[in-house]
Amino acid sequence: MNEDRSVGTVETRYWRFAEPPDRLQLRCGARLGPIDVAYETYGELTTRRDNAVLLCHALSGDAHVAGRHSPDDRKPGWWDIMVGPGKPIDTSRYFVVCSNFIGGCSGSTGPSSVNPETGRPYGLSFPMVTVQDMIRVQHALVTQHLGLDRLLCVIGGSLGGMQVLQWAASYPEVVLGALPIASTSRLNAQAIAFNEVGRQAIYSDPNWQGGNYYGKQPPHRGLAVARMIGHITYLSDRSMHDKFGRSLQDKTAVGYDFGPPDFQVESYLRHQGNAFVRRFDANSYLYITKAMDYFDLESDHGSLIEAFKHARSQFLVISFTGDWLFPTYQSREIVQALQANGVKVSFCEVQSAYGHDAFLLKNEALDALIRSFLDNLYAEVRGASGNSTANR
Amino acid sequence: MPARIDYEYIAAHVPEGAKVLDLGCGDGTLLEFLIQRKHVDGRGVDIDEAAVRQCVSKGIPVYHGDMLEGMAMFADGTFDCTILSQTLQQTLQPERVLEQMLRVSRKAIVSFPNWGHWRVRLQLLLKGRVPVTPWLPYQWYETPNVRQLTIKDFLRFSADRNLHIADCTYFLPSYKKIPALGANLLASTAVFVIEKHHGRGITRGSARQA
Repeated sequence: MNEDRSVGTVETRYWRFAEPPDRLQLRCGARLGPIDVAYETYGELTTRRDNAVLLCHALSGDAHVAGRHSPDDRKPGWWDIMVGPGKPIDTSRYFVVCSNFIGGCSGSTGPSSVNPETGRPYGLSFPMVTVQDMIRVQHALVTQHLGLDRLLCVIGGSLGGMQVLQWAASYPEVVLGALPIASTSRLNAQAIAFNEVGRQAIYSDPNWQGGNYYGKQPPHRGLAVARMIGHITYLSDRSMHDKFGRSLQDKTAVGYDFGPPDFQVESYLRHQGNAFVRRFDANSYLYITKAMDYFDLESDHGSLIEAFKHARSQFLVISFTGDWLFPTYQSREIVQALQANGVKVSFCEVQSAYGHDAFLLKNEALDALIRSFLDNLYAEVRGASGNSTANR
Repeated sequence: MPARIDYEYIAAHVPEGAKVLDLGCGDGTLLEFLIQRKHVDGRGVDIDEAAVRQCVSKGIPVYHGDMLEGMAMFADGTFDCTILSQTLQQTLQPERVLEQMLRVSRKAIVSFPNWGHWRVRLQLLLKGRVPVTPWLPYQWYETPNVRQLTIKDFLRFSADRNLHIADCTYFLPSYKKIPALGANLLASTAVFVIEKHHGRGITRGSARQA
């Protein structure tokens, strides 16, 4: 098992809280409960409880970060290249936690969950959830259920990075290290635009039925198109050129018809779309993209500097040169607001020809940054009881 | 074991436990030296990704990017001192960089290679070629040094802007310290400590750059 540096066979666990009448008050004003939270953990918590690392997943992710659910599982978790014994997020050193956010469809309560009051799936009666709400649920899981009062580090890419920022802004006393990757304090108009086109694709699928499709034919066409659009935004001109170019799919000349795909890139997108609908719920896609659109630390606090006024975590902010969906300037804005607050922050723009997806791909620079940031944090925590050289 | 002897002189001007910003910090060697020697709270700025990764691996907070941008969000007087070690000659906007250094800190420590050294002068005069020396090791086509200056140039530049030079130290190519007299001809490296006049940054003189 250690041979291939995998965490091995893992299991998703569940925790229920916010049982009525103690429902969770959401940002939108609605109350939600009970709430189920799907989560996984890897590695061992030390007796000092000082080695917990929380991972936050992105739009289409889930709690299953690493390892396999059964030995014959076809694919490992979504960040298996990063998380495992000896890997940059080293499960032989750190106790790693990841949970599926609310609004999702991979075990935690979302629009496809059954509303206990009606006995039917929520559909669009599910309250609008925000990144703040997601973090409050994660905070409850981590502090109440797992009994952790400190997180060595919170790490996430894209929407996961937004959660990292929210964690550091909302619970500065819990988060020692914050590592947002390919992220932003608020989406730009371009990113909102792509989210909206994805939603429109779902709305326009006749099977969507205003969100009441559970038990019937789901809006697979619409969701597949939404996913295709998403995939284009996660790639780059360069990575698409490298991967597909103008190569044809199973043919030697274009077909001059509207039949099977001519180009490999078409085939790839169709495959991605079709694979996605098998594991993802269209309504969740709507809710989560809305949560991304609404996330705005600047408007929440008046300014980004104000948003991080109480931030105490050490930060490592990472962006990628080829990421045009969450461009580097957005990471720089975060860093500058942190600097203005005197927060200890490092920033690195990692060279990558790939687009936004770069954070999920093998990249030695990214590996080295994450590994050393974590190890330094841990060394500091471990040295803190003795004679520390830390200045703040 | 500092990589360069001028680190010792820079360290001499950095107060114990100071908040320090190193501009063009490279792999963080100087900051690491200052953290060990002076227990400073050190931060760096560098444009090179590999250098930035080195800093992160050393646990030194670092900003990957342009140094003016790297200083922009720091409030006035955030640092006790800023350091520009062997980097002034590589900055496109040296005047703005110095101005910002004196905005975010009270004290700016600047070291640079001296183009006034006799070997540099002789090479150009006798060989008719752009000088290459141990302290200016680059050929014209590969040099990162976009600004060539002498000690005299820097003194004039400072005088024109009412910069208060609190200290200056000159070194031979052997890193032996030498007095100010004749330094522009003999020194390969100069270290200047510039302090802010009360409530003022750079005052521009008449010799404002075009």
